[in-house]
Amino acid sequence: MTQQNIQVKKLDGKVPSGPIQDRWKTHKFNMKLVNPANKRKYSVIIVGTGLAGASAAATLAELGYNVTTFCIQDSPRRAHSIAAQGGINAAKNYPNDGDSIYRLFYDTVKGGDYRARESNVFRLAEVANNIIDQCVAQGVPFAREYGGTLSNRSFGGAQVSRTFYARGQTGQQLLLGAYSAMMKEVHNGKIKSYTRREMVELVMVEGKARGVVVRNVVTGEFEKYSADAVILATGGYGNVYYLSTNAKASNASAAFRAYKKGAYFANPCYTQIHPTCIPVSGDHQSKLTLMSESLRNDGRVWVPKIKGDKRAPAQIPEEERDYYLERIYPSFGNLVPRDVASRNAKLQCDAGFGVSATGKAVFLDFATAIKREGVEKIKAKYGNLFEMYQRITDQNPYETPMMIYPAIHYTMGGLWVDYNLMSNIPGLFVLGEANFSDHGANRLGASALMQGLADGYFVIPYTIGNYFASEKFSKVETNHPEFEKAFTDSKNKFNQLLSINGTKTVDEYHRALGHIMWENVGMGRNEAGLKKAISEIQTLRADFWKNVKVSGSNVDINTELEKAGRVADFLEIGELMALDALLRKESCGGHFREESQTPENEALRDDANFCHVAAWEYNGDGVLPTRHIEELTFETVKLTQRSYK
Amino acid sequence: MSGNSNETMSLNLKVWRQKNAKDKGEMVDYKLDGVSPDMSFLEMMDTLNTKLVKEKGDSIAFDHDCREGICGMCSMMINGQAHGPESETTTCQLHMRKFKSGDTIVVEPWRAKAFPVLKDLIVDRGAFDEIIAAGGFVNVNTGNPEDANSILIGQENAELAMDAAACIGCGACVASCKNASAMLFVSAKISQLALLPQGEVESVARTQAMVAKMDELGFGNCTNEAECEAQCPKGIKIENIARMNREWFKGALFGRK
Repeated sequence: MTQQNIQVKKLDGKVPSGPIQDRWKTHKFNMKLVNPANKRKYSVIIVGTGLAGASAAATLAELGYNVTTFCIQDSPRRAHSIAAQGGINAAKNYPNDGDSIYRLFYDTVKGGDYRARESNVFRLAEVANNIIDQCVAQGVPFAREYGGTLSNRSFGGAQVSRTFYARGQTGQQLLLGAYSAMMKEVHNGKIKSYTRREMVELVMVEGKARGVVVRNVVTGEFEKYSADAVILATGGYGNVYYLSTNAKASNASAAFRAYKKGAYFANPCYTQIHPTCIPVSGDHQSKLTLMSESLRNDGRVWVPKIKGDKRAPAQIPEEERDYYLERIYPSFGNLVPRDVASRNAKLQCDAGFGVSATGKAVFLDFATAIKREGVEKIKAKYGNLFEMYQRITDQNPYETPMMIYPAIHYTMGGLWVDYNLMSNIPGLFVLGEANFSDHGANRLGASALMQGLADGYFVIPYTIGNYFASEKFSKVETNHPEFEKAFTDSKNKFNQLLSINGTKTVDEYHRALGHIMWENVGMGRNEAGLKKAISEIQTLRADFWKNVKVSGSNVDINTELEKAGRVADFLEIGELMALDALLRKESCGGHFREESQTPENEALRDDANFCHVAAWEYNGDGVLPTRHIEELTFETVKLTQRSYK
Repeated sequence: MSGNSNETMSLNLKVWRQKNAKDKGEMVDYKLDGVSPDMSFLEMMDTLNTKLVKEKGDSIAFDHDCREGICGMCSMMINGQAHGPESETTTCQLHMRKFKSGDTIVVEPWRAKAFPVLKDLIVDRGAFDEIIAAGGFVNVNTGNPEDANSILIGQENAELAMDAAACIGCGACVASCKNASAMLFVSAKISQLALLPQGEVESVARTQAMVAKMDELGFGNCTNEAECEAQCPKGIKIENIARMNREWFKGALFGRK
């Protein structure tokens, strides 16, 4: 890569001023409105129909806008939000245990290791209560107490019970709620839903986002769609690592195409490694399965005190077990945040205390809880998770402890957006996991569902109206030269992939990339490893474009070609992640630079130099991107070393 | 992780191959060695596909996504059973330890008039979205609803509603029914909403609209074989069909909406 001298910008998040608790209210009042009769004159494209996309689609259509949605699966109901197990946070304080909007805000800022925008987080905490009300009104079957009121449970990083849940299928139920609201508007003719479509280009006209080119994966044809604004709600980029808890089709291509059109990519190195996943069993493995964080309510994490102890867990007496989370973090115990739990599991395994044949696992033990509450109660709480564990591992967690190990689960980084959730490209809005905004350097459990729905139900309907009312729009048809160019570029890229006709499969490249990422840009990162990762990815990428084998053709369904397009983008974004990690020389949340740690091996931030968002601007292939920054100011929550002891 | 992970299996696979919706299609035989008992069924199919791509063949197209049994995307008829031999298990969660080395395994797509085959094992289940769009929702817009705890729901009804809501919309019920009926799918949504005060108001109208749409799209009728219940990966009960019929009769008998 060559260096280019581009002036580094200080980005403006357009955060309103005034007391933090009034900012969103004041901003809502100050924003311009579109009169009800005029809303039908505006059109919106939404890419992705998970919690953020489906909730935005339903809400904007209800307001009267003309909405077109695209999803990669055969139905909007299958987006990966569906796999979220544990729950959704809100500060209802129903259990009377001291919760408040302010505490949810505080916990989220602290949990994110002081790398999120305070104002966004406060807004998130503020609208969370409305989300629960809205979902109940839609008929989401949350868990209930005998008296008919809603149940709560606890999640990591909080000392109150504020998580609402629907068995171990909360994401499914919330998504089906948003999907049904969306289908209601399909019925009303306000949403046109296209399935089995993949976004391949963002189209900009006169500096504004005005449409997309998508590939119809059934026919292989490229299609052009124009609108007055484009919303990306396409999820995260965790599948860069090949093995992750993400669904197989989850990909970064839509966001990365937007990056290549000038949208800034913020904090790509912030990835979340979830502590409780089923360990890797062999080379055939295609994905990793999460065991919900809710299990840490009752499960106790431990390793043997003797290195390499090969005895069966039942044979290891109590005094020879190290319940290391309870030992190191007495106040939070097994419910420390995810980054802390994951890093400690790695430290134990690296030190030789790991269990299982590979030594890359720790125990999650329910014996104490079963003794205290009885099998039936534990079954009622976690039955479906225990069954899933048994189906995959062939072991019975009621009788023997689960074995777990951390895995890539979520990405806090994403396209940079301002307070209005608009990227630096006018008319391009980014919602949910695809943006970078609310979780800082580490997301707390049960906050992803909260953010996706907050963005879709309660933020975008206001901010997109303000955008429409503030701008003038010329009519743009899909025969505009910018559409023709994007259309031809897309076609050429896919034809090129088919023409290479090499010897290695797409999956082989993806696995190789995943290996580089996990080893060097995983739970522990250092300068030498990150530099090595960058050079190895560059070599792998060059080889991919020379030697990949994509079978089939560009007509009809070609699943190999779909994968190839995504892996081509992963091969670029992986390098950007490593570069971002290299330049962020501090540790914070999920980004752990081994050079920057406290004597107790906790993440050591460097607030003097890194209390900012890094947002990357694309400058062309083979050219170093520019690292712009947005300064973060903490006026309400004091910057302190995070402690869960 | 299981005791026999070092032993591998050899399988004889018979897989439905069909280029596109217009192609006639046929069963094709494949032999696959080196299958680990710890592989999921889809990982076994991945292994076969890698082999096919390396041998310059066209990979077998199949639907899959979350691979943890919740998205409802995977959809294979395995030895004549929707999602294979293990009860209440999706194809992605079925593991090869349930088979023996030397087994012949027949893999086909869902077969139903309303689910046309698009390629190989992939079918078009868009009809399910159309049924939901006909009425599978509570007519409430995003806004300022009352506090969530002002609607009290007894635990029993909440649990029954959740049992029905657990449907993943995979279509196994349709594929396993000799009439290709979608009654289990439709009744699960109708039940969930009829059991809750929020959805009860529109229950009769909802039932009429969804049933009419189901008939229009070419799904068959229910003749009480209960194969749908037996093969449903999420254990959805046919009691839901009885509840749906009750809602439907309310409309038919009393002319109510």
